[in-house]
Amino acid sequence: MYSWIWRHLPGGRASKALISLLLLLAVCALLLFVVFPWAEPYLPFNDVTVDG
Amino acid sequence: MLDPGAGTHATAVDDDRDDTAPIPRVRDNQPTGERWRTVVRTIGELLVTGGVIVLLFVVYELFVTDLLNGQRQQDLDQQVHAEWSQQQAAPKKAGSEVPGDAFAVLHIPRLGRDYHRVVLEGTGGSVLKDGPGHYTDSALPGQPGNVAIAGHRTTYGSPFRDLDLVQPGDPIIVETADNWFVYRVLGNAATGDFESDPSGIPGREIVSPEDVAVVNPTPNAAAGAPPTGAYLTLTTCHPRFSARQRLIVHAVLDGAAVSKADMPDGPPALTEG
Repeated sequence: MYSWIWRHLPGGRASKALISLLLLLAVCALLLFVVFPWAEPYLPFNDVTVDG
Repeated sequence: MLDPGAGTHATAVDDDRDDTAPIPRVRDNQPTGERWRTVVRTIGELLVTGGVIVLLFVVYELFVTDLLNGQRQQDLDQQVHAEWSQQQAAPKKAGSEVPGDAFAVLHIPRLGRDYHRVVLEGTGGSVLKDGPGHYTDSALPGQPGNVAIAGHRTTYGSPFRDLDLVQPGDPIIVETADNWFVYRVLGNAATGDFESDPSGIPGREIVSPEDVAVVNPTPNAAAGAPPTGAYLTLTTCHPRFSARQRLIVHAVLDGAAVSKADMPDGPPALTEG
């Protein structure tokens, strides 16, 4: 999978490395700001109130 | 891993492919062994990626949410104090609390000399991300009844992480626009026994999540019964990283309200311990 992505990135080694880094940062940002906040309420350890 | 045969002439005698031309990279007509290798490698890569994402999630929960909350609490603290200093001229609006509004500032000297958290109105998930939340129908500070406040034990600044360290007799101070209210944790301050308070209410207890009686006007009494005093109840999850039970701390008002005009820097209890 990763070698497939690497081969399909344009340019030389430097350009591929730069684009890979940008892709990695984009995925991290997506996870931190969209996916994790969405998934969080489904986890148990944030229940701190007493309710029926 | 690179295929050791790829890109080189297959000169090794144990190579089971009989052509001597350079072996092409992944193509449609690749040998079955090569295709399996690609499948297995992709599965491996996906599994490793999944593991890294789970680790990243742990980092997010344990560190990033604390950073976000620290910033938010700082802003709220400035905001609420600015609001309060303006309010002294304007008449106080009573009973108009909206979920998410800053409600009071909670000081617990046992959890750190400078421990203070802005308490917000309401106990919804998004409110608790910003700070401890005031159970909407519970009493206001200083009033007879029970001021009930919920807060995170882990993540989002973990305001109540060390709530289990609070001892009987410890002050819990609630700061409002005009006053300081000193509450003291119930129990026997001399022996450190939470159970032996004359009121019969324990200073600390661990209950099931459904046990709503702990936030009643008189903790653990009937919901409709008139309050027997001015109480404060803090709730959080227990044990840490779990939601199996709730850790509850009960305190009772100690003395009258201390006016901020008299003591702008807070009552002596603030620097106790």
